[in-house]
Amino acid sequence: MVQGNSLSLVEPVADPVPATPAVQIRNLSKWFGSFQALKDVSLTIARGERLVICGPSGSGKSTLIRTINALESFQQGEIRVDGIQLTRKPEAVEAVRLRVGMVFQQFNLFPHLTVLENCTLPLRLVRGVSTKEAEERALYYLGKVRIPEQAGKYASQLSGGQQQRVAIARALSMQPDIMLFDEPTSALDPEMVKEVLDTMTQLAGEGMTMAVVTHEMGFARQVADRVVFMDRGEIVEEGTPVEFFSNPKELRARSFLSQIIH
Amino acid sequence: MHYADNVDYPRLLSRPSVYIPGLAALFGLLLYVQAGTTSFGQMLASALGMAADAPFAANLVVAVLVTGIVALNVFVVLRLSLKHQVYVVWAELALLVLVFFYSFDLSFEFIGRKIGFLITQGLTTTLYVSAVSIFIASVLAMVGAVAKLSSNGIALGIANFYTSLFRGLPLLMQIYLIYLGLPQLGYVIDAVPAGIMALSLCYGAYMTEIFRAGIESIPKGQWEASRALGLKPKDTMTRIILPQAMRIIIPPTGNQFIAMLKDSSLVSVVGVWELMYLARTQGQTEFRHIEMMITASLIYWVMSIVLELIQTRIERRFNRAQTR
Ligand SMILES: Nc1ncnc2c1ncn2[C@@H]1O[C@H](COP(=O)(O)OP(=O)(O)OP(=O)(O)O)[C@@H](O)[C@H]1O
Ligand SMILES: [Mg+2]
Repeated sequence: MVQGNSLSLVEPVADPVPATPAVQIRNLSKWFGSFQALKDVSLTIARGERLVICGPSGSGKSTLIRTINALESFQQGEIRVDGIQLTRKPEAVEAVRLRVGMVFQQFNLFPHLTVLENCTLPLRLVRGVSTKEAEERALYYLGKVRIPEQAGKYASQLSGGQQQRVAIARALSMQPDIMLFDEPTSALDPEMVKEVLDTMTQLAGEGMTMAVVTHEMGFARQVADRVVFMDRGEIVEEGTPVEFFSNPKELRARSFLSQIIH
Repeated sequence: MHYADNVDYPRLLSRPSVYIPGLAALFGLLLYVQAGTTSFGQMLASALGMAADAPFAANLVVAVLVTGIVALNVFVVLRLSLKHQVYVVWAELALLVLVFFYSFDLSFEFIGRKIGFLITQGLTTTLYVSAVSIFIASVLAMVGAVAKLSSNGIALGIANFYTSLFRGLPLLMQIYLIYLGLPQLGYVIDAVPAGIMALSLCYGAYMTEIFRAGIESIPKGQWEASRALGLKPKDTMTRIILPQAMRIIIPPTGNQFIAMLKDSSLVSVVGVWELMYLARTQGQTEFRHIEMMITASLIYWVMSIVLELIQTRIERRFNRAQTR
């Protein structure tokens, strides 16, 4: 794991048990009513790994990463985050959510709070940090995503790209071990995609463990250690970006790539 | 003002095709209802020295006069700024209402003698009963809304039954049931607490639905972001969801408060000395019902206006962050 210096996005966090993977998913199955959205999915994310998940719409990408921090339930299988087994018990869910930060497609900033308060309120309520320290920490991360000057504004006064960077700063302020991104640039205008991807690239360069659902293949090539391709609730293929993009083995992956790369 | 487009459409009332037929219709209506025979018409006719046995002439004169005044009024008001238009129209309409009341030939001496008591005893009691009921109703509504949105079957069942019963029974019946029914169970209750209880329960039931709808209007992404950040359910509700839901909740709640202010007059049936009760009983002694009723009505109106102003201020506060 790359050690963060004073300018890094990632606070150096003591590795709890060096050998445990960040996320370990075994034989995970999930149904929405009678519809099976995840079929016997197994996936391990190593510490410091940058994983990109792609696949056609409705293939279960969001469902998969949302089960990791218990935003979705699951019926079969097992999930461990930093070795902690995810059950429905409050202690387990709280422990997992403390370690996992999430960035949504729709930003989901709190519109009644300023940018700064968006970052400090969870810090104070969840981590019990004092107001002063919370503000310092929030401003540090807002500086890292390069919008400290917007701290006093409300979300509705920011552009989409700025809002998404605030959402990233808000998640980072909680100092998670793992960051999940669910199509973080899909709701953005083209000219704002880059500023968000740059922030994510910087984060990746500093050693954060990341699982990113995205269709940005340029980002995947440049940043990912591994690409996972999903279709109809299953992991169909996985490999390094070079392997996956230049020589996809599965027919479904090939036809998906031909649609995405014009 | 995002309801108005940036196009200067001709003002409705300044279009001759609206203005002229409108005035013609008013003129026709005044003739049709024989405006000359009203007390105002009679007054005018005699002032002009017209014979009392020429009703058509009186009708015609009144119709012409009123139509003329309205036409001139519209002409002038249309040339004011928006803000002044609102003030002028408001003042004119308020004046009309007061003239209407004045036409009852009221004894102001009697009103002057009684208004002090009406305010110190009646208004105070009305305000006390309403304020306490509003507070309790809000608490009930909050609990009811959370219960209705919970996955706790017992809470859900109680909340559903509560809103069904107390929205379903007439408020008057609820007051009687509590005041006369509770003593049957061996619990004697005074009139004022009984009234407060009935009002709280009834309005709490209505407001439960308002609060529930307000909470449900907040997008699910807000819940998910709060959960992903690790917020506890209590913090998510009080710090994230409710402050946003308030924007939706406040306007209909203000409505409920104003309605409750006047529904509090129903507790007079069990002998609470609130405004309406005193207005009725004080008027009876000297057969001056109308004086007391009108005085009480105006006091209710003033209180409603105060509540409306308070509501506007609160709305502005909660809208601050979210108006672009
Ligand atoms: N709450 C739900 N209730 C029922 N079905 C759902 C629900 N959420 C998702 N699904 C279904 O599960 C499947 C997987 O959905 P998911 O959102 O994980 O797909 P995705 O790969 O993220 O797609 P997209 O690229 O469109 O975001 C879809 O068929 C979807 O219709
Ligand atoms: Mg998705």
